[in-house]
Amino acid sequence: MLEIVAGASGPGVLPRGRWNVRGLSAGVGGSAARRRISALNAQLAELARAPGASWNLSHAEAMDHVGALMLWRAWGGQVPQNLTLDAQHRLLFDNFTREEAPPAVEAGPDPFAPLTAIGRDMLRFLEHLTGFVRLLGQVVLDLGRFVRRPLAGPWREISANLYRSGAQALGITALVGFLIGIVLSYLSSKQLKQFGADIFIVDLLGVAIIRELGPVLAAILVAGRSGSAITASLGVMRVTEELDALTVMGIPQGFRLIMPKVVALAIALPLLILWTDVVSILGGMVAAKIQLDLSMSYFFNALPGAVKIANLWIGVGKGVVFGALIALVSCHFGLRIEPNTESLGRGTTSAVVSSITVVILADAVFAIAFSNVGI
Amino acid sequence: MTWNGEYVIEIEGLWTKFGEFVVHRGVDLKVRTGEILALVGGSGSGKTTLLRQMLGLETPHQGSVAIFGERLDSSDRVALQALRNRWGVLFQEGALYSALPVFDNIALPLRELKCFDEDLIRAIVMQKLTMVGIEPRHAFKMPSDLSGGMVKRIALARALALEPELVFLDEPTAGLDPDRSDSFVALIRELHRELHLTVVMVTHDLDTLFELATCVAVLADQKVIAIGPVREVIAKPHPFIKTFFLGERAQRAIEVIRDYPFVV
Repeated sequence: MLEIVAGASGPGVLPRGRWNVRGLSAGVGGSAARRRISALNAQLAELARAPGASWNLSHAEAMDHVGALMLWRAWGGQVPQNLTLDAQHRLLFDNFTREEAPPAVEAGPDPFAPLTAIGRDMLRFLEHLTGFVRLLGQVVLDLGRFVRRPLAGPWREISANLYRSGAQALGITALVGFLIGIVLSYLSSKQLKQFGADIFIVDLLGVAIIRELGPVLAAILVAGRSGSAITASLGVMRVTEELDALTVMGIPQGFRLIMPKVVALAIALPLLILWTDVVSILGGMVAAKIQLDLSMSYFFNALPGAVKIANLWIGVGKGVVFGALIALVSCHFGLRIEPNTESLGRGTTSAVVSSITVVILADAVFAIAFSNVGI
Repeated sequence: MTWNGEYVIEIEGLWTKFGEFVVHRGVDLKVRTGEILALVGGSGSGKTTLLRQMLGLETPHQGSVAIFGERLDSSDRVALQALRNRWGVLFQEGALYSALPVFDNIALPLRELKCFDEDLIRAIVMQKLTMVGIEPRHAFKMPSDLSGGMVKRIALARALALEPELVFLDEPTAGLDPDRSDSFVALIRELHRELHLTVVMVTHDLDTLFELATCVAVLADQKVIAIGPVREVIAKPHPFIKTFFLGERAQRAIEVIRDYPFVV
C-alpha cells in the first residue's frame, strides 16, 4: 500500500491502492486486516518522523476519511510541508483542520466506589418503597371511587384482565399442579409406607396443597405470566407516549389501567388457586392409587375430615393478597420504564423477580400469623 | 461480479405481495451512479416497501433487485455482507440503538469490522460528528436525551460511518421544523457533493424533493409510472402527477427547482 522512493532531501512516500474502509478492511476475517493496519500505522509513523520526507497522495486509487485520518494521525495532526494532493483529497483534510479535541471520557477509579454503591442501592430501594406506597395509596383511592360509583367503573378493563390473566392461565396451572401433586404423593407415600401410615397421605396432601402449595404455585406462575405482561405493556405504553395521551384526554391512568389490573388479579388468583388445588389433589390421588392402592372414593371421603375448612379460606385469602401484590409490583415497575429497550428488559425482569419475592415474603407472614388456625 | 458502474440499483419486474394483496406489479427502476433519486407516491403506494426491497428486508414475490450489480437473493453471504457495508441507511425515526450512547452508536459498524484500533475509531467517530454538525460534548448522551433533529443527524453520521457509496433516506425531513429541515437538506446536499454519494430517498415533502432530487420516480398504480428529471416528470399527463405536483402547495414549492449540477 505504500511505495517509497528516494527523494531529493529524504524518502518520498507514495500511498497506493485503496485507502478507504473497504480497501483497508479487505480480507477474510478481521485479524489479518487488523495486523496489516497496525503494521501500516507503524510504518507511517516512522516515515513521518524521517527528516525531509515528502508525501504524494495523487497515486492512491481511492481515499476516504478513514484512510486520510490514518495519515493525518501519523503526521501528528497537521499537514506536512512536502505534500502533493489532488483537489478532491484536499477536501478530506480540510475537514480535520476544523476538528475539535475529543472530550475526556471518564475520571480515574474512585476509592469509595463500593461504599457509594451501597448508599446508592439503599437510596434506590427507599425510592422504590416510597413509589410503591404512593401507588398503593392511589389504588386505594381509586377503589374508593369505584365502590362509591360502581356503575361508572372500568368493568370492561377488569373483564379483559380477568380473561387474560385468569382464564388463559387455566391450562398451565393445571399442568404444573397435576405434576406437582403426583411428585408430592409419590415421594411422601414412600416414606409413609415405612411407618405403615398409608392413610395419612390424605392429611398430608390435603393440608400441604390447599394451605401452601396451591396458592404459592399459582402465584408464581401468574407472576411469571401476567406480571411480566403487565410490566411490558405499561412500559411500551410509556415508550409510545400512550400514557401521556391518556392523561391529556383526562382519562386517569390509575383508575383505568392500574386499578382494573389489581382488581382482576385479586379475583382471578383465588379462583386459579382453587383450580390448582383441585387438579393437584387429583394428581396426588392418582399417584396414591398406583403407589399405595388407596381408592379414590376413600380419598374423597377422608379429605373433609383431614383438612379443616379454615385451610381453604386461608388459601383463598392468600390468593387475594398475592394477586393484588403481583399486580401492584408489576405496575410499579411498568410505570418506571424509561423510553429505551434496555430499560424495558430490565424492568420486566425486576418485576417478575420482585413479585415472586414479595409473594413468598407475604406467604411467610401468613404462615406466622395463622400458625394456630386450621391445623 | 460484472458491474459496469453505470447503475447502482437495478430493479426488474418486481412483484411484492402481502398475502393476496399486491403492492408492486412489475416495478422497473434503475438508479444511475451519483444521482439523488426521490421516490414519491401517495400514501400506501408502496414507497417504503420498495425501499425495504432495495435493502433486502422484504423478499420479492417475482423479479429481482440488484445493487452494485449484486442480486440481493444471491446466496453468497460474504458478498452480501460486503454489499451491506457499501450502503448506509437513515431510518425515518433514526433507529438509533437506544441502549447505547451516541458515540457507540456510530462506532458500532466500525467496531464490527474488527480491524481498526479504538484510537482510530474514536477519531473517525469524532470526524463524523463534526461532519453532521454535532458538537463533541453530545457524544456521550443517550439517544433518548436528544431532540428529533439531532437524532436524525446522528443517525446520518452512523449511516455514513463506513463511508458508503450509496445512502438510503426514509423521509429525511419528516418531523423536523422548517428551519432544521432546510439545514438537513443543505447537509445532505453538501455531503452528496463531498463524498460522491448516490442517494435514494423516500419523501412526501415537496420542498425537500425540489431542493435535492436530481431525479424523481413516481410510484402509482403499483408501478413506477414515471422516472426522470423533475421537470420532465411534472410534464407527464398522469392524474396522480397532476394532483401531486400541480396542486397549490406544489406550485409554491416548485419555484425552487434548480438545475442541480451533480458529479459522477
